Amino acid sequence: MMKALTFTLNGDQTRVEVDPGELLLDVLRRRLFLTGTKKGCGEGECGACTVLLDGQPVLACLLPAMKVQGRAVTTIEGLGHEQRLHPVQEAFLEKGAVQCGFCTPGMVLSSKSLLDGQPQPSEDEIKQALSGHLCRCTGYVQILEAVKDAAEKMTRAEGRKGHA
Amino acid sequence: MNIQDYLVPHHVDECLAMLNAWGGRGRLVAGGTDLVASLEYGKAQAEALIDISAMEDLMGFEIQDHELVVRAGSTHRQVSAAPRIRQLWPALSKACGSVGSPQIRNVATLAGNVVNAQPAADAAVALVALGARAEILSSGGRRLEAVENLYGGLGQSRIDSSREILVALRVPVPDAGEVNVYGRVSPRNSLCLPIVNAALSLKTAGGTVLSGRIAMGPVSDRPFRPERAEAALQGVALKDRAALSEVGRIAGEEANPRDSCLRGCSDYRRQLLTVLIRTLLEDAAAQTAEEA
Ligand SMILES: Cc1cc2nc3c(=O)[nH]c(=O)nc-3n(C[C@H](O)[C@H](O)[C@H](O)COP(=O)(O)OP(=O)(O)OC[C@H]3O[C@@H](n4cnc5c(N)ncnc54)[C@H](O)[C@@H]3O)c2cc1C
Ligand code: FES
Ligand code: FES
Repeated sequence: MMKALTFTLNGDQTRVEVDPGELLLDVLRRRLFLTGTKKGCGEGECGACTVLLDGQPVLACLLPAMKVQGRAVTTIEGLGHEQRLHPVQEAFLEKGAVQCGFCTPGMVLSSKSLLDGQPQPSEDEIKQALSGHLCRCTGYVQILEAVKDAAEKMTRAEGRKGHA
Repeated sequence: MNIQDYLVPHHVDECLAMLNAWGGRGRLVAGGTDLVASLEYGKAQAEALIDISAMEDLMGFEIQDHELVVRAGSTHRQVSAAPRIRQLWPALSKACGSVGSPQIRNVATLAGNVVNAQPAADAAVALVALGARAEILSSGGRRLEAVENLYGGLGQSRIDSSREILVALRVPVPDAGEVNVYGRVSPRNSLCLPIVNAALSLKTAGGTVLSGRIAMGPVSDRPFRPERAEAALQGVALKDRAALSEVGRIAGEEANPRDSCLRGCSDYRRQLLTVLIRTLLEDAAAQTAEEA
C-alpha cells in the first residue's frame, strides 16, 4: 500500500506517494528527480547523501522517507541558484573546495547548518561538523578554508543588514 | 525490504496496540541507523515499521528520584550535548558523542544502541558500567532489567522489538566520591567503530577505591565486565600507579577479543585494553583529586 507523504521541500509544500519502507534518498532522486543529493556508499559511511531535516544534517540513505512527514527538508537544490549562489557555495568555488563534486552537496549543507547555528565557528568546530563527510579529491584543506571564508562572508552580510 | 505499512503512534498505549495488531510482524524503528541496513541486508525482518521517534511520552530526559531517566526517543546528540549529563555522567556523554558522525547522532537513539546489542556499542558499554536499568513495556506489563542482562548472544537482544518497547533507560545518580570515565581507541575519530572501548564507574573515599564496575568491548558477545579486575580494584589507592596498571593487566587477561583484519589481532587489542583501562583509572584518579 502506497503512503501519502506531505512535507516542506526546499520551502515548497510537497506531496508524493511512496512505498512504506522507501528511503528518503530514493524518493528525492527517483520520484522527485532531485539528483543533487548523491548516493555514495548507501550505508551511512560517506555523507554524500546528507540533507537538512528541520535544519539539522541527516543521512537520506538511512532515513525512511515517512520520517519527514510534516517536517522541512532542505536539499542542495534549495540553497542557491546559478545566478545567486549561497555564500557557502560561493566560498567553496572560490577556495577550490570542489573537485569532482560528489561530496560537495553534503559538505555544503552540513556547513550551512553549522553556520546557521554558530556564525563564527572555531577550526575544531568546523572539523567536527564535517567529520561525517568523506572527500576523495580535495584533501579537506580547501574545504576548511571555504567554510571559514563563508563564515566571514555571512557575518559581513549580516553586518550590512544590521546597518541598513 | 518488504514493508507493507509505516505507522506513527502518538503514545505508548497506541504503540503497543499496533505491535499487538501486527502479531510479531511489526517492528519498532527509532533513528533507523541500524535497522534500515539490517532490513536491506535481510538480517532483520518486518512487515510494518512502527516509528517511535516522535512520540511525546518517549521524548527527553530528566533526573527523577535519584535516577537519570533517558526516554527512548533521546538521541546521542541530545544526551551528549546536555551540560548536566556531561557533569554527572561524563562517561555517558562522551560515549554518546563518539557514535558514528554528527548526522548519525542527530537521529540515532541510546535505546536503539542497547537493543541492537553489539558488544562495543558506545552508549551501551557506558550504560553497563554505570549500572543502568532498562524500563520495558509489553502487553504483559512493565518490567525493569539491568542493561547488562538484556543480551542473548552476539547482536541478540532479549528485548523483542516486535512486541516490547524499551521506554526508558534509568541511570543512578552518582553519590559523593563516585566518578565515571569512558574511552575508546579507533583509527579515526569519526565513523569508526572502536578497536576497543571501555567505561568505568568507581566508588571512592579518601583516594581509595571502595568498589568499581568496568565494562569493555568488543571482547565478548556483549559489553563485558571483567570480574577479577573489578575485584582487584577494591581497596586500591588511586595514587598507586603500579596497582592501577595491575588492574589493567588483569582486565586485558580476562578479555577475549577476536582477530580482525580491520580492527587488529587479538593480542594487539588485549594490549590496547590493558593500556586503556590503566589510562582511564588515571583519569578517574585525576577527577577525584580535583573534587577533593
Ligand atoms: C555509519 C554508521 C556508523 C555507526 N557508528 C557507530 C559507533 O561508532 N558506535 C556505536 O555504538 N554505534 C554505531 N552505529 C550504530 C547505530 O548508529 C547505533 O547503534 C544507534 O544508537 C542505533 O540507534 P537507532 O535509534 O538508529 O536504532 P534503530 O536502527 O532505529 O533500531 C535498532 C534496533 O533497536 C530496535 N529498537 C529501537 N528502539 C527501540 C525501543 N525503544 N524499544 C525496543 N526496540 C527498539 C529496533 O527495532 C532495531 O532492532 C553506526 C551506524 C552506522 C550506520
Ligand atoms: S550514501 Fe549515505 S552516507 Fe554514503
Ligand atoms: S570533491 Fe571529489 S569527493 Fe570531494
